[in-house]
Amino acid sequence: MVTYLIRRLLISIPTLFGITIIAFVALAIAPGDPLTASMDPDQLARMTVEQKAAARHALGLDEPIPVRYVVWLGDVLQGDLGYSIVNRRDVGDALSARLGPTLLLMGVAALLGIPIGIGLGLIAAVRQYSLPDYLATGFSTLFIAIPGFVVGLVLIYFLGANLKILPTSGMVTLGRGFDVLDLARHMVMPVLLLSLAMAAQVARYTRTALLEVMGSEYIVTARSKGLRSRRILWRHGFRNALIPIITVIGLILPDLVAGAVITESLFGWPGMGQLAVKAAAGRDPSLMMGVILVIAVGVLLANILTDLAYAYADPRVRLGERA
Amino acid sequence: MSAPEVVVGRAEVPSRPHETLFRLSVRRFVRHRLAVTGLIILGIFVVLAVLAPWVAPYDPTKLDLRAIRQPPSAAHIFGTDTVGYDVFSRFVWGARTSLIVGFGAVAVSVVIGTLLGVVAGYYGGWSDQLISRVIDTLLSMPALLLVAVFVSVIGPSLQSVIIVISLLTWPQIARIVRGQYLVLRESEFITATRVIGATDRSIMLRHLLPNVLGPLSVAATFYMAMAILLEAALSFLGLGVKPPAPSWGNMVNLATNANTLQNMPWVWVPPAVAIALIVLAINFVGDGLRDAVDPRAVRRG
Repeated sequence: MVTYLIRRLLISIPTLFGITIIAFVALAIAPGDPLTASMDPDQLARMTVEQKAAARHALGLDEPIPVRYVVWLGDVLQGDLGYSIVNRRDVGDALSARLGPTLLLMGVAALLGIPIGIGLGLIAAVRQYSLPDYLATGFSTLFIAIPGFVVGLVLIYFLGANLKILPTSGMVTLGRGFDVLDLARHMVMPVLLLSLAMAAQVARYTRTALLEVMGSEYIVTARSKGLRSRRILWRHGFRNALIPIITVIGLILPDLVAGAVITESLFGWPGMGQLAVKAAAGRDPSLMMGVILVIAVGVLLANILTDLAYAYADPRVRLGERA
Repeated sequence: MSAPEVVVGRAEVPSRPHETLFRLSVRRFVRHRLAVTGLIILGIFVVLAVLAPWVAPYDPTKLDLRAIRQPPSAAHIFGTDTVGYDVFSRFVWGARTSLIVGFGAVAVSVVIGTLLGVVAGYYGGWSDQLISRVIDTLLSMPALLLVAVFVSVIGPSLQSVIIVISLLTWPQIARIVRGQYLVLRESEFITATRVIGATDRSIMLRHLLPNVLGPLSVAATFYMAMAILLEAALSFLGLGVKPPAPSWGNMVNLATNANTLQNMPWVWVPPAVAIALIVLAINFVGDGLRDAVDPRAVRRG
């Protein structure tokens, strides 16, 4: 098991390098003065053209891109992510302030969305071609097709703007002390939006996976042995369907992050997604690299978590037969 | 599309003795009601997009400052927005933007994805290792985020949106092509082809490619929906197609203003519904296509 985990971790490292190299090269060949991204802006404003050229040389910005990448990597390993232009602050600080809110939002959304999705998929598969099946399938088809920002706007239109039941923006009410209830009220709509999208996808795949398993021969065997259908469903059907379901959950995790980008912008949630949009709109290379790095690490950690769940669900993985 | 002359005798649908695979697929597709509905909806949007200059009553990029924030009327059937654009004209031209992105991104990605997928799947070895790692890397990141970053780097416009979407999302196509080639290159008919002395190039293109056209067209359809959604989301965030250029995404963006959202639904409801409708329609077409081209298809989904 430990070997398995270590191997998974090692495999994911090249992916991390790959993504940062792709992003770094793109940002390096983009027009604009890279100096603004590596120095304190106040200091930069007082410098002459010659001083700037000297600084560029001192920082190695006139070096070839591969050299600059290695330097950037070295700095990152020492905890220095550079300066953000739009935020006028250290990228590391900006990122760490945003991490908590995003993790809170996505964590709660995943904890709600995944079980609801699995539940809906189960009902749909067990009662195939019945009314509950059509309702669940219709639900997932709709929420896969309708873009998140449209669903979000409709939520704000009904729950926030017209009925004024829920706050439409931010994480807490400004000017009020921190209070859990207030936070929860701010979370309802963004969490609802994210978990609906997640549940829709999970439900669709759960249904397909379970239908496939329930059509297999060992289920027929179990039935002909006279096992109770409840036992067949849970011990023989669901247990086996769980493996593809976990795979799919791992695959749609990046979608959840993309959904968070939209959701955070829409609801003014002070997280990584909003920061990403800010970085892109402000063409802020250091901040972009920082956001990409954090999200890449996050996705990889989530993938490893998925693998752990995989090993839990499938003894063959645990015992090292496959992997 | 030209289909190989194959007599399908074992397929679940009873077929006339000399029916081609292509005609059989068409027959299966037509029986799929939702898919046909989807195709009709998509067709309406295509007609709208092609005829945009004649259908749209006004210039979508021309402001009329005497007519801002007007509810729907005879002169402006979808009303006007907060800056004085005619909503219906922008709606019609927005269909053109969405479809250009959809078809454009599909065209480029299918070429890149097929080419790399074929090389990786057919040759294997280090080229497969390299291409597969790039595929894994790109697929592990949220596409929206990467696209947003890259579009901002080369400057937001319709062209850059299409280029960036296709450059970053071809792995979806490549993975499917690679998987098919990996399986098919070991099959007996390929061994037979090799025995009679066919070159690698001819095996790859003449013998293997027609076999992946089915799954490829299904993947391309779903991919098109994804590209349209990506553009809409980007433009909604203000990172994609920017006004005055018309896009359904940037039209819906006006609704981020609370007053517009609440009091001027005619500004954002039509483009929002259109995005959902076109994506839904394309997904239905994809479902139908999947069932139609796969002779082993069991009706599941």
